[in-house]
Amino acid sequence: MLSGIYSLLMAGAFVVLDAVDVAFTEAAVGAGISTVLMLGTLHLTRSREKIPTHGAFLPLAVVLLTGGILLYATTGMPAFGDPDAPVHTHVAPRYIEETPEKIDVPNIVTAVLASYRGYDTMGEVTVIFTAGVGVMLMLGGRKRRRDSDKEDGV
Amino acid sequence: MRHHLVLRVVSKLLIPFILLFGLYVQFHGDFGPGGGFQAGVIFAAGFILYALIFGRENAVKVTPPRVLQALMAFGLLLYASVGVVGMINGGNFLNYSVLRADGVAGQHLGILLIELGVGITVAAVMIMVFLMFTGRGR
Repeated sequence: MLSGIYSLLMAGAFVVLDAVDVAFTEAAVGAGISTVLMLGTLHLTRSREKIPTHGAFLPLAVVLLTGGILLYATTGMPAFGDPDAPVHTHVAPRYIEETPEKIDVPNIVTAVLASYRGYDTMGEVTVIFTAGVGVMLMLGGRKRRRDSDKEDGV
Repeated sequence: MRHHLVLRVVSKLLIPFILLFGLYVQFHGDFGPGGGFQAGVIFAAGFILYALIFGRENAVKVTPPRVLQALMAFGLLLYASVGVVGMINGGNFLNYSVLRADGVAGQHLGILLIELGVGITVAAVMIMVFLMFTGRGR
């Protein structure tokens, strides 16, 4: 429930940052589908936690180390809204200049996603497809049992 | 959920509009915010709402897992085949400019088709994952 509220707040933050497409995705996926799937998972799991077989020290150390490295990495990032940041000087100006004449789509985000970065988007769709296949393999075990029953009968 | 009259009536009223909004986001992605991913998720949300209110058995009748499996693969294949058609027409993989004689029209067609592919795959996978999760406990 908290993650759902968090996603909705993040969607609002993205709207404030003028990233409407990202806000849209965050609201639909984060606040909508993820919450429902989380509830489905809660329905599947048991109410009591298993007794852990190892101590909490090693996982805590890993989490703190990773968090520390990530925090250290943010100090190397360009300042917020810096016009000379690599993001704004590499290919982004070309996309913005060329899109009206070459692709002629009002929404540049769509042009970048679907055309300039079409290969990446295909990879993303493949990831979603693979995730779906994985869930089917792990949770859809009922059909296989029926098939094996049939084979036994024959 | 058989006794929740208000929920049943309201969701019955809402579901067509959710699906319509999904289609709008799908085909309006060139002009405003949106696109295949968001449209697929919104479309799936309509079906998931139906499954929550009217029961999983009815939802399975509406979207049989066999059809969902086919749709999952079809969306990705549609995406990839648009790229292959671009190669056959003499361009690079996923270069839409060669799909039509006019490069800009080709880009429009290519973006429309691949967004459709993305939407179909995302919607099918989301509904499938939900049906798998809810069907597990029984």
